[in-house]
Amino acid sequence: MNNTVISVHNLVKKFGSFVANDNLNFEVFAGEIFGFLGANGAGKTTAIRILSGLSKPTSGEVNVAGFDAYRQTELIKKNIGYMCQKFSLYEDLTVKENIILYGGIYGMNKSLIKKRLDELLAKLQFQDYENRMISDLPLGLRQKLAFSVAVLHEPKIVFLDEPTGGVDPITRRQFWEMIYETASRGITVFVTTHYMDEAEYCDRISIMSEGKIVALDTPERLKKQYNATSVEDVFIKIARPN
Amino acid sequence: MMALLNQVCQVKQYLPETKNDKMLKAIESSGITKTFGPTKALDNISFSVDESEIFGFIGPDGAGKTTLFRIITTLLLADEGNMKVLGMDCTSEYKELRKNIGYMPGRFSLYQDLSVEENLNFYATVFGTTIEENYDLISDIYSHIEPFKKRLAGKLSGGMKQKLALSCALIHKPRLLVLDEPTTGVDAVSRSEFWDMLGKLRQHKITIIVSTPYMDEAIRCDRVALIQNGRILSIDTPQKIREGFSRKLFTVKSAEKYKLIKSLRKYPEILTAYPFGDSIHVTFINDSLENSLSEYIVKEGIHDAVIQEVEAGIEDRFLELMEKGATV
Repeated sequence: MNNTVISVHNLVKKFGSFVANDNLNFEVFAGEIFGFLGANGAGKTTAIRILSGLSKPTSGEVNVAGFDAYRQTELIKKNIGYMCQKFSLYEDLTVKENIILYGGIYGMNKSLIKKRLDELLAKLQFQDYENRMISDLPLGLRQKLAFSVAVLHEPKIVFLDEPTGGVDPITRRQFWEMIYETASRGITVFVTTHYMDEAEYCDRISIMSEGKIVALDTPERLKKQYNATSVEDVFIKIARPN
Repeated sequence: MMALLNQVCQVKQYLPETKNDKMLKAIESSGITKTFGPTKALDNISFSVDESEIFGFIGPDGAGKTTLFRIITTLLLADEGNMKVLGMDCTSEYKELRKNIGYMPGRFSLYQDLSVEENLNFYATVFGTTIEENYDLISDIYSHIEPFKKRLAGKLSGGMKQKLALSCALIHKPRLLVLDEPTTGVDAVSRSEFWDMLGKLRQHKITIIVSTPYMDEAIRCDRVALIQNGRILSIDTPQKIREGFSRKLFTVKSAEKYKLIKSLRKYPEILTAYPFGDSIHVTFINDSLENSLSEYIVKEGIHDAVIQEVEAGIEDRFLELMEKGATV
């Protein structure tokens, strides 16, 4: 049941004498929604670049989707998806063109792309939008499409950077339901965010501070442990103990 | 000691003005409309802001917050309606008005290739003042970044950039401070510090309007306007807005969130079921908790569910107002 899809042991990443990741240890499981939190400059981006095959560790063992983060970075990239809040889709291409482009980048064959395109348009009730430019779409629809495109190739893990920042409350909830649905299919959802109310939706969260992971548990248990009413409260207590 | 004395003197100096201007509004907006091509960015926006108030505009990206702030700061003309700021008309008296407004736009407003000190000096000079003259106003904020005053603004962390941008917006002692999404992209600790700083600016009798897409920041404002698709959904104190929620609200919590949502949606007595962090917020058609719900959830194969009545938050009310808007 608890299949590990990310395992990190004693991960260290240095830039010159600066230690960006200082001996990180954690595991993430299949179908889990994992929140990766930390203040600006805590070392989150460095860790995510390693987990997504864009940068190599200085030392330690890192395995992502069954592949080694030193030698198999290209295989890692093929088995993950990525979506950030600000940019994911090409605004001057249509909905259909974006889907075909991303399918091609991920090496999917034409018939599979066509199949996923139809499924996706039906699921999002997007049929009317197929030939519309992304720039003409309302923001909420863009976000949903961006997420769907990030999991088009059925990756083992999808990385989301502040996925619901700035969207209206109804779209936000529809978006989290899409995330739940994705996780229920066994795809791991790895969320980074500054917004602690977003973290409340995750199954487990880790909090980084100065290159180290200083807390890792379910939101519920962390709130109990720190005698806090919200994850925001936990975060502030950890980052500013006095 | 001198600084304290200065502050006391200033408060006294302002007192008579407070009495005389009691009826004066910092902002009066009526019927403001603005269109960009086919898009109605602002649709008949009317509101007023009292002096020394912290007034929040809360709404998602694309709601019209920035357009409204650009009209208030005289950078954009409305198609229709009237906008008076600090008693001055935004169209005919814009030159005088600009001297009295401090504006911190959403995107970084600083010169990346100037140092911290040079940026601040630049803004002071543009408004015909000096850092020394108004130092007491910014000291609380600027002292955090003063140790790095020789550093280029482009090399600052997000939290420090935000503090410098706020210092620059304040250096000419504006009567109105306009902050467009000052906390977007900033971590929780810096965000909390930032709101503390705004609270302290109150003693200087500065009116503050601030926009944010984050509902949880509403509580830091005296009053807020919820804004969506160019329209104001509601204006009130955060407490009154929460109290405006028209139904009894319950949370249902289980480790199996997705299964729980799907089950709840099938239950005929349920009106709405929305995920909210680690639980689901639920309202009922009959507006009371159905006793059979727990049994039903167990039958659906969920054995750890906990149901509780809770008070609605700002986001619950925003959702409710959006739904009402959608059915009109």
